[in-house]
Amino acid sequence: MTTLSAGAVRRAARLPRSWLFGGVVAVWVLLWIPLHGQDTLALSTSELTSLHERLNDLRDAINNTRGSSPVFSAFFDVIREAVDALTVFLQSLISQPAYGRPVPLIGWLGVVVVATLAAYAAGNLRVAVLTAAGFTSFGLLGYWQQSMDTLALTVAAVLICLVIGIPLGIWAGLSDRLHRVLTPVLDFMQTMPTFVYLAPLTLFFLIGPASGVIATLIYAMPPVIRITAHGIRTVAFSSVEAGTSLGATKWQLLRTVRVPLAKRTIVLGVNQTVMCALSMVTIAALIDAPGLGQVVLRALQTLDVGTAFRAGLAIVIMAIVLDRVTTAARDRVEARYRLGPKARGRRRIVLAGLGVAAAVALYLSYTYVWAAFFPGPAGTGVVGGQVAAGVTDASDWVQLHLGAVTDAIRNAISYGLLNPLQALIAQSPWYLVSAVVLALAWIVAGPRIVPTVAVCLGLLVATGLWQEAMVTLAATLVATVIVMALGIAVGVWMGRSDRADALIRPTLDAAQVMPAFVYLVPFLGLFGASRFTAIVAAVVFAAPVAIKLVADGVRGVPATVVEAATSSGSSAWQVVTKVQLPLARQSVTLAANQGLIYVLSMVVVGGLVGAGALGYLVVAGFSQSDLYGKGLAAGVAVVLLGVLLDRTTQAAARRMDAGTRRGRDQ
Amino acid sequence: MNKTGKLIAVVTVGTLALTACGSKIESSGSSGEPSKAACGTVNIAVNPWVGYQADAAVIAYLATKELGCTVTKKNLTEEVSWQGFGTGAVDVVLENWGHPDLKKTYIEQQKVAVEYGLTGNKGIIGWYVPPWLAQEYPDITDWNNLNKYADRFKTSESGGKGQLLLGDPSFVTNDEALVKNLKLDFKVVYAGSEAALIQAFRTAEQQKQWMIGYFYEPQWFLSEVKLVHVNLPPYTAGCDADPAKVACDYAPFDLDKIVSKKFADSGSPAAALIKNFQWTNEHQNAVALDIAVNKLSDDDAAKKWVEANSDVWKAWIKS
Repeated sequence: MTTLSAGAVRRAARLPRSWLFGGVVAVWVLLWIPLHGQDTLALSTSELTSLHERLNDLRDAINNTRGSSPVFSAFFDVIREAVDALTVFLQSLISQPAYGRPVPLIGWLGVVVVATLAAYAAGNLRVAVLTAAGFTSFGLLGYWQQSMDTLALTVAAVLICLVIGIPLGIWAGLSDRLHRVLTPVLDFMQTMPTFVYLAPLTLFFLIGPASGVIATLIYAMPPVIRITAHGIRTVAFSSVEAGTSLGATKWQLLRTVRVPLAKRTIVLGVNQTVMCALSMVTIAALIDAPGLGQVVLRALQTLDVGTAFRAGLAIVIMAIVLDRVTTAARDRVEARYRLGPKARGRRRIVLAGLGVAAAVALYLSYTYVWAAFFPGPAGTGVVGGQVAAGVTDASDWVQLHLGAVTDAIRNAISYGLLNPLQALIAQSPWYLVSAVVLALAWIVAGPRIVPTVAVCLGLLVATGLWQEAMVTLAATLVATVIVMALGIAVGVWMGRSDRADALIRPTLDAAQVMPAFVYLVPFLGLFGASRFTAIVAAVVFAAPVAIKLVADGVRGVPATVVEAATSSGSSAWQVVTKVQLPLARQSVTLAANQGLIYVLSMVVVGGLVGAGALGYLVVAGFSQSDLYGKGLAAGVAVVLLGVLLDRTTQAAARRMDAGTRRGRDQ
Repeated sequence: MNKTGKLIAVVTVGTLALTACGSKIESSGSSGEPSKAACGTVNIAVNPWVGYQADAAVIAYLATKELGCTVTKKNLTEEVSWQGFGTGAVDVVLENWGHPDLKKTYIEQQKVAVEYGLTGNKGIIGWYVPPWLAQEYPDITDWNNLNKYADRFKTSESGGKGQLLLGDPSFVTNDEALVKNLKLDFKVVYAGSEAALIQAFRTAEQQKQWMIGYFYEPQWFLSEVKLVHVNLPPYTAGCDADPAKVACDYAPFDLDKIVSKKFADSGSPAAALIKNFQWTNEHQNAVALDIAVNKLSDDDAAKKWVEANSDVWKAWIKS
């Protein structure tokens, strides 16, 4: 009886929630009319607040003491030397001339065969073939050495991530306290724009491979820690209890129950860390990290879309190979126990054969020129030249012929949606926006979120960049709306059709790992230097995640439910809107959350193509010493926006989820 | 023998047969020429624009081929390059655009870097319009007429005013102050990168769009689209002293070279080469064009220029 009435009250309360939401917005607009333009906390681009100046001074102080302070030699230099040693060793194996030889120890043939062997050992025959084809394509594109440099750096960064991240993740899985301390640190590492710490890194770790690797691992380490902790936490309580009742010690429990059962999840963490590491290739190149990123940056200077794409394609191929291999490795963790003795025997024979082939290939590529240097014309490779020329032509054609259409699209979105929204958010007094944000957060996510939101808003004011943050927020919201529209439309399509899924998924993978720097130039040609170009770039990067999550959610709706709806005469549209989407609601909210965060991670890239605001300030801070402190503050503001939006959407999703579960229980 | 076994056998035999032909890798060993030891390693920072790349290409080519030095090029932004003077990672910055703040920190305060003479290149900064616009509206190159056309320069980004587009944030600009002090009905919009700025000018010329923006010479793009300089009130010494009150055109830059103190004192023949290095905008443009448009590698572009201009560079290495 009591639960029933509580449910009724809640249902009654849910209806007005959207009313309340609308009401708050209406009041906001009404108040905006007399108040707009007041207390917007605007700051011109070259102006600094005392906080920004203090941050500059701090940077100078560190810069000046670098030579004399023993902290540097004792601490940072030791780390740098160790990381350098590891990276240089990997490079001398596969990419750079070493030990008095004009070539690395292992030539292309050796690398291809060993990589294939590794892929087979970790995964299966399919990914082994994919690996062989993928690695060969690096050479065909004409970027063998650059690809190997990128691979060496990525492997170095990932190895360090795993050595530190997996133990830390396991610990965080066992200790609530560590988990609580670690979470904000990881948030910071993932959302702080890399540009902010790129220049200081070279101060601490000098210009060289170490800085590139460390920049990469700061961004790439959080996923493996988070996902490992999650894996350990979600090991079924009954399994742990069974272990305890058998008298296992804590350590035995960890070794024989928790870690083996969480293994599949941990490998997923490894996979995500690899992907994140690869996404840093271009940015690390800004501080001279060798490899494909260098090619992309250099091509950007001459607006050479074809060459940038060629290098970007090599990065995409590397990412897809590494993704598929680690995913296959994850599935093997389970499949291994199910293999019959016959299959296991066959596997062993193939492994032995590949092992012999690898030994031969290693010898050949160590000894003979043809197996060391990838054959084909220097510079362009066998197919690289054609690929670049084709892409350049296509990009030129599109820019020349679609210019009028794309201008119209940009103007429609900018004048119709972005400008009004930006006027409302960035031209309102800061206290009004703060009050509205607090009220809206309370309405969608409940009262417990209010303190977090209030702290974030307060700190945003303290950065001195309130108005810039609001301009960025407006563009972020518009981009997220587009991301979700695409996410639902394409995601539902993919979720309902296997053919569509198979067709679209590789494109999504490519869009996620293709460095933004590659497609910025054609986008600039189409949409000009504008906030809309930044939004498009963010959508390209963020939509794949949202689409995949929605598709998985729709796919997860039990087939029986869909069948029942269809047989009772529902149209396809009704099945989607009344059955599949509502039941996949949790995935849709997760998609919205991830879409937002991914859009925010493109703020800095947006700054490079005309979005201005926080993104521009971060870039400016990286390239002008006077603006360093302001750029750092802008980076912090991006983090604050990220935390605010992430916590609110997560709490809203949890609340919604709890609501539906309770509703179902009755 | 099963299928896989057979395959392996075939592959093995095949590869063994291949070893019979093909040349072996020779160790390069440590028998380098003695001059290499005398010159040692030179770390050249390469800042991210093509003109600089051209400087670095030629210097690296001469230092390697003529002096037997080992040259390491490091692709860095300006700020990070200067930091490298302090940490010892960078010996040379070949084309410096002003940067009084960095000079203060690293030359005056930390004393890790020294000025090493002019490159001979003249840097011109200013406001530019695409050539079609200057042709059809010749009076647009006078700043007094800009307000007349302000409406035509409107975009979705400029909030109802004309748009003045800026590029890479690493350049010091006075444009916000200029717009204010010259009472122009324009808004400064930050494109955020050189690529965005160049692409904007390229599109504007192709599609006859209205556009005005910040640009500079020497720049390879000017050989593709000959942008036209807009005349602001002429620069006079000291007219830019107070950044908030600037109402005149940018000062012409004499681009200069900076090297680390350590490198300057090393007595390396490469240091003498860099000290003597001086050429014209035409020289740089020729090499930059080969790199940017003709897609030559740095080394090939440098080789081409060096072979055609021996009278110029011979003077740099006669010490």
